[in-house]
Amino acid sequence: MLELKNVHKTFNAGTVNEKKALNGLNLVLEDGDFVTVIGGNGAGKSTMLNAVAGVWPVDQGQILIDGQDVTKLSEHKRAAWLGRVFQDPMTGTAATMGIDENMALALRRGAHRGLRVGIKKEERENYRQLLKRLDLGLEDRISSKVGLLSGGQRQAVTLLMATLKKPKLLLLDEHTAALDPKTAHKVLTLSDEIVRENNLTTLMITHNMKDAIRYGNRLIMMWEGRIIYDVRGEEKSKLKVSDLLAKFEQVSGDEFANDRMMLS
Amino acid sequence: MPNIEHLIGALPSAAAQGLIWGIMAIGVYITYRVLDVADLTVDGTLCTGGATFIMMMLAGYNTWFCLLAAFIAGMLAGLATGLFHTFMGIPAILASILTQLGLYSVNLKIMGKANQAINVDRFPLLVSLRYIKDVPFYRNTILVVFLFIVAIIGILYWFFGTELGCSMRATGCNQQMARAQGINTKVCIVLGLMVSNGLVGLSGALLAQYQGFADVQMGRGAIVIGLAAVIIGEALLGKICQNFAYKLATVAAGSIIYYIVLQVVIWLKVDTDLLKLLTALLVAVFLAIPYWKQQYFNRVGGKKGGK
Ligand SMILES: Nc1ncnc2c1ncn2[C@@H]1O[C@H](COP(=O)(O)OP(=O)(O)O)[C@@H](O)[C@H]1O
Ligand SMILES: [Mg+2]
Repeated sequence: MLELKNVHKTFNAGTVNEKKALNGLNLVLEDGDFVTVIGGNGAGKSTMLNAVAGVWPVDQGQILIDGQDVTKLSEHKRAAWLGRVFQDPMTGTAATMGIDENMALALRRGAHRGLRVGIKKEERENYRQLLKRLDLGLEDRISSKVGLLSGGQRQAVTLLMATLKKPKLLLLDEHTAALDPKTAHKVLTLSDEIVRENNLTTLMITHNMKDAIRYGNRLIMMWEGRIIYDVRGEEKSKLKVSDLLAKFEQVSGDEFANDRMMLS
Repeated sequence: MPNIEHLIGALPSAAAQGLIWGIMAIGVYITYRVLDVADLTVDGTLCTGGATFIMMMLAGYNTWFCLLAAFIAGMLAGLATGLFHTFMGIPAILASILTQLGLYSVNLKIMGKANQAINVDRFPLLVSLRYIKDVPFYRNTILVVFLFIVAIIGILYWFFGTELGCSMRATGCNQQMARAQGINTKVCIVLGLMVSNGLVGLSGALLAQYQGFADVQMGRGAIVIGLAAVIIGEALLGKICQNFAYKLATVAAGSIIYYIVLQVVIWLKVDTDLLKLLTALLVAVFLAIPYWKQQYFNRVGGKKGGK
């Protein structure tokens, strides 16, 4: 479904701020893989998702989605295959537009946008049903501006938008990190449900190791722009947080317990 | 105290001018509020529209065709700014200044000199300062421009409700989100600049008819007048309704109010050399208000947080 071959990305090359963010990254996702991604701050997790999404061109390597080479495609073209939810709840939605209008934009991801009406009447009913499921009371105010919603509500809506038109690949970048624990749990549970119902191939970054173990069928750990650990299936479900800590210490030789990003 | 009848007598022409500039202000609204781009192209585009219209009229073309040409000329100016910005990566405000500068030469070349007049008695003009009084009501410039504005608002209301229009609004609001939803944000910005400058060109064509000439200086400070109209409209009428068509109408109303206030200032015998300075200061203050508000609330909020 997704193939990353020897991907390199260096930011601010040739300056004092030079940073090798991806360093020969290789990854192959099978159809329906639900992969949790962990790694310390600055390990290159977000950079990996951005490379897949095409936020900027990579320096070297190849990216294939569903067998197609997308390495040279621009961000908006790749969007046809992707659903994305970001860490910052402000990023995924257009604040000055209605909930329904945002969803209508998402429904047309990958389609040609012309002079047809931007949102049809029947769509609204469909959106209402979907919003009802969130149980956040949004179904009664589907034309409200998204800017009026709380962070958790916005993330939930963004998640619906990302999966409204079934993506080939769902990219979740610490999408519950900015939410309070209760809301975070709710959004995470919902993500898991949606992913499993639709059998979506998913990459989910999290800084919570327990969540990384609990969700998905596969776990990868990143360090210095590479994948240093990749487990799946039964082996993964048997993992404990202490195993992950030990693994990281072994590779990095670092006092890993001090890395606050990994503990919660 | 100056004679009040003079003021009342001047109001119809102030309203007519306000309406004509209102079309330009709606164009400014599209870039400034919908696309979130400060587009200074308009100072040049207004004359481009006026010059194109007058030269084509003088060459004997149909009035409506000339209006269309002015609209298209404006769109081309917007296209230039859009390409400078998206294709060449120049910041939008600088890109628009470059186009504005370039248009000065273009406008001179279109007209062949700095100023071109047109005789309202010899050409079938739609609007004119002579068509304010003593004409059948359907020839009245105020009505004609009003109908233009109603039609423009109607078309824009439809357009920004289409898939393409919604993409442009999303682009103006949050480019990252727009791209993640598969929207080509560059195309949207270019299109928005084209639509906006097309309207400014049309406004220039009407203004040139109204005053009976096009002048290479006619667009100087247009962006500030447009911003003034947008801000005055929002400040005085913005709270009532959130509907997009209404917001556009508010902008046109803001433009009329601006011209009426201007008329009052002239009537009060304020030195007209100071008008641009007053406008600039007025717009500066109105632009500062949201910032001041935010600063104030931050401070208040900060105190609360500190407790
Ligand atoms: N757009 C960018 N410009 C410059 N440096 C960046 C950019 N994006 C990420 N980096 C750097 O690349 C490294 C990896 O970042 P990131 O992928 O965001 O880490 P994380 O694993 O915490 O998500 C960090 O050192 C970060 O500062
Ligand atoms: Mg990150």
